[in-house]
Amino acid sequence: MDFNDTPEQAQFRNTCREWLEKNAEPKSNKKKEDFADIEFLDVAREWQKKKYDAGWAMLHWPKEYGGIAASPIERIIWAEEESKFNVPRGIFEIGLGMCGPVMMEYASDEQKERYLPAMAEGTEIWCQLFSEPSAGSDVAGLRSKAVQDGDNWIINGQKVWTSGAHFCDYGILVVRHDPNLEKHKGMTFFFVDMKSPGIEVKPIKQITGGSSFNEVYFTDVVIPDSQRLGAIGDGWKVAITTLMNERLAVGDANGADVKEAFNWAKKQDDSGESLINNRATRESIADWYCEANGLKNTKLRTMSALSKGETPGPEASITKIVSANKLQDIGNFGIDSLDMAGMLRTDDNEIQSFQNAWLGAPGLRIAGGTDEILKNIISERVLGLPQDKRSDKGMPFKDIPSGN
Amino acid sequence: MNLDFSDDQKFLQSEARKFLEKEGSINRSRKVLEEKHNTDQDLWNKIVELGWTGIRIPEEYDGLGLGYLELCVVAEELGRFLAPVPFSSSVYLFTEAIIKYANEDVKKEILPKLVSGEIVGTLAVTEDLFAPTISNIKTTSENNIVNGKKIAVADAEIATHSIVVSNSSSGICLRLVDHSSDTVSIEHQDTIDESRGHFSIEYKNSPSILIGDESNGWEFYENLLNQAAVLFSFEQIGGSQASLDMATSYAKERYAFGRQIGSFQAIKHKLADMYVAITLAKSNTYYAAWALSTESSDLSVASATARVSSTKAYQLCSKENIQTHGGNGFTWEYDCHLYYKRSKLLSVNIGSLPNWKEKLVSSLEKSNTY
Ligand SMILES: Cc1cc2nc3c(=O)[nH]c(=O)nc-3n(C[C@H](O)[C@H](O)[C@H](O)COP(=O)(O)OP(=O)(O)OC[C@H]3O[C@@H](n4cnc5c(N)ncnc54)[C@H](O)[C@@H]3O)c2cc1C
Repeated sequence: MDFNDTPEQAQFRNTCREWLEKNAEPKSNKKKEDFADIEFLDVAREWQKKKYDAGWAMLHWPKEYGGIAASPIERIIWAEEESKFNVPRGIFEIGLGMCGPVMMEYASDEQKERYLPAMAEGTEIWCQLFSEPSAGSDVAGLRSKAVQDGDNWIINGQKVWTSGAHFCDYGILVVRHDPNLEKHKGMTFFFVDMKSPGIEVKPIKQITGGSSFNEVYFTDVVIPDSQRLGAIGDGWKVAITTLMNERLAVGDANGADVKEAFNWAKKQDDSGESLINNRATRESIADWYCEANGLKNTKLRTMSALSKGETPGPEASITKIVSANKLQDIGNFGIDSLDMAGMLRTDDNEIQSFQNAWLGAPGLRIAGGTDEILKNIISERVLGLPQDKRSDKGMPFKDIPSGN
Repeated sequence: MNLDFSDDQKFLQSEARKFLEKEGSINRSRKVLEEKHNTDQDLWNKIVELGWTGIRIPEEYDGLGLGYLELCVVAEELGRFLAPVPFSSSVYLFTEAIIKYANEDVKKEILPKLVSGEIVGTLAVTEDLFAPTISNIKTTSENNIVNGKKIAVADAEIATHSIVVSNSSSGICLRLVDHSSDTVSIEHQDTIDESRGHFSIEYKNSPSILIGDESNGWEFYENLLNQAAVLFSFEQIGGSQASLDMATSYAKERYAFGRQIGSFQAIKHKLADMYVAITLAKSNTYYAAWALSTESSDLSVASATARVSSTKAYQLCSKENIQTHGGNGFTWEYDCHLYYKRSKLLSVNIGSLPNWKEKLVSSLEKSNTY
């Protein structure tokens, strides 16, 4: 066992760092942008293009799609180094983290050539059209319909919570082609041009006041059969591949973490003393440090397993449970440290990061698998506990109770 | 022993509930939040008409002359319905300061107008982005003239007067300032919950009247907070219960995997945890209400206990209500966030949870509880 870089890894890290130092600004306490929102689209694209030209955008991808065929460990090293710089992230996460791998696995060679480089370069952005009003945790409960019509499919229905749909060019889509089959058998998977006639995107306002997700309506939208990913009826299998990747891609919560809490506590006033001298603060920081490092080291172990050719297991679910809840607690800590002034919006970047953590964390605890679903996955798939009794098992989809 | 409200008090509570429901208080709160109105003047006028601002004001000053317990039951309903009105600022803090510490002339002048709604008050304490203490108040008062700047003052715009915690040569004192003076400038401050407006107030040579004496102001202020904490706790319990009610009915309606989500043990246990937290908080808050109404020497321990447990209950219930609602809970359209935001607002308004925990243990040390 060795948590240090091997000489080759150290050299790779150096190469990453040198390039980053030349092309980006290091993070500082003063200015911290989240860049995840549409207003940063141009900045984000510019950064993505720069990375792409240098081979960093999707470094683990093969050369023909714009990568450098980097190993999983090298990918981690790059991510670690990049995270030390004040660069846009977020906008491409779903496309590159989920849509990319699915296209890589299921699209034809011509399609890969056509779509993957543009995706990596940031010229085309992708979204994930899975959830529906009555199918979130239970994605397989989706109802949007696909009807075959010669070489085409006609899609009707509604998706919801689609992050980024308002600025995305393409999306991956799972729909029901046969409601008479059992629910997991009646689904088929496609990718779709978001500019297709019949697609209507309506932004949803979130509790933060922003709108990063949307309702997406499909009215007689035509998708060529060539854009089907996987066989007819294999929609669930393809979706599961995506969701496994989602857990790796979404993973760590963005935002105020133990380092921010620690630096803040050192300068914040607590009845005339420094807040870091407060015993309760010290305990919280110790707890968050253990969590943050536990996650970091778990990720390194997962990556070691990956680099030996093992597939990521359901244990990757741990990351989001821990980091989203930690984010919520750290947000609360920051707000509480201001006492009666805790609700005030100020120009101070650190204070904003705590308030944004507090406002955004509830969404992270839900997006990409809720806390409860992730815990079910751990208990059933890792610990091998008996599955919940499935009242819809074996039923044709159309007969499953839905409350309406 | 009878740790419960009387039939009359329960009647008042159910009338308050009917009134706030009929007035659509929750939608009004959303409107204030969305349109940055700071407060709902119309709802406030109706509340004044009902006489609630005079619940604790003695009859000789035109009030209803009722006790704290009547105020408690109303507070619970205001919390449940997220009422966007300056009730806590004007009634729990300002009015109580006048009743307890003002001289007879001031009482005669101010109290009847609080009943009639001509006067609305608030308490101005905090000056910086950390907790106010006896040694960091910079606002000065000399020869009845106040100078300084307060921030994060709730409801300052609708308020006609403020009580200012200030520093004089003889110590901390409370000062009554009339906002109609052009020496007072009030500015809106953005917050993460705009359903109740917050403001900075700058006093530049503002004339003032002393409330209480020149040197014991900090003690008065702490007593006021201890009392107000009980009433805030009732608001917090009302909000917690509303969050649990919302979560419970959603858990019965919403289906996933072919069944109601409330049939999953993860959701059952989540709601049960909320119920447990509310029950403990409620019991502690009832006890504190009794301590308040009987002027028990136990008040500081009792009110901090109520405050800590109801703050924790509301934070838990409001965030897990969002969680129970899944993606819907994270939308602006659903009401979940109104409770989440109000829970945080109430939790810092009279001092944060860590500071109340500290206060609780300090009070324990001073009392002979153990
Ligand atoms: C910020 C954000 C971004 C999102 N982005 C996307 C996106 O880009 N694309 C996309 O397709 N979707 C997206 N989603 C949707 C997200 O995947 C769903 O909201 C999530 O899976 C929960 O589904 P739901 O909202 O239908 O809640 P429900 O499934 O109705 O869940 C309600 C409650 O019931 C619980 N529950 C449900 N089933 C069980 C069970 N079996 N056991 C125990 N508890 C259970 C849940 O944990 C939750 O607390 C996003 C959501 C958010 C909040």
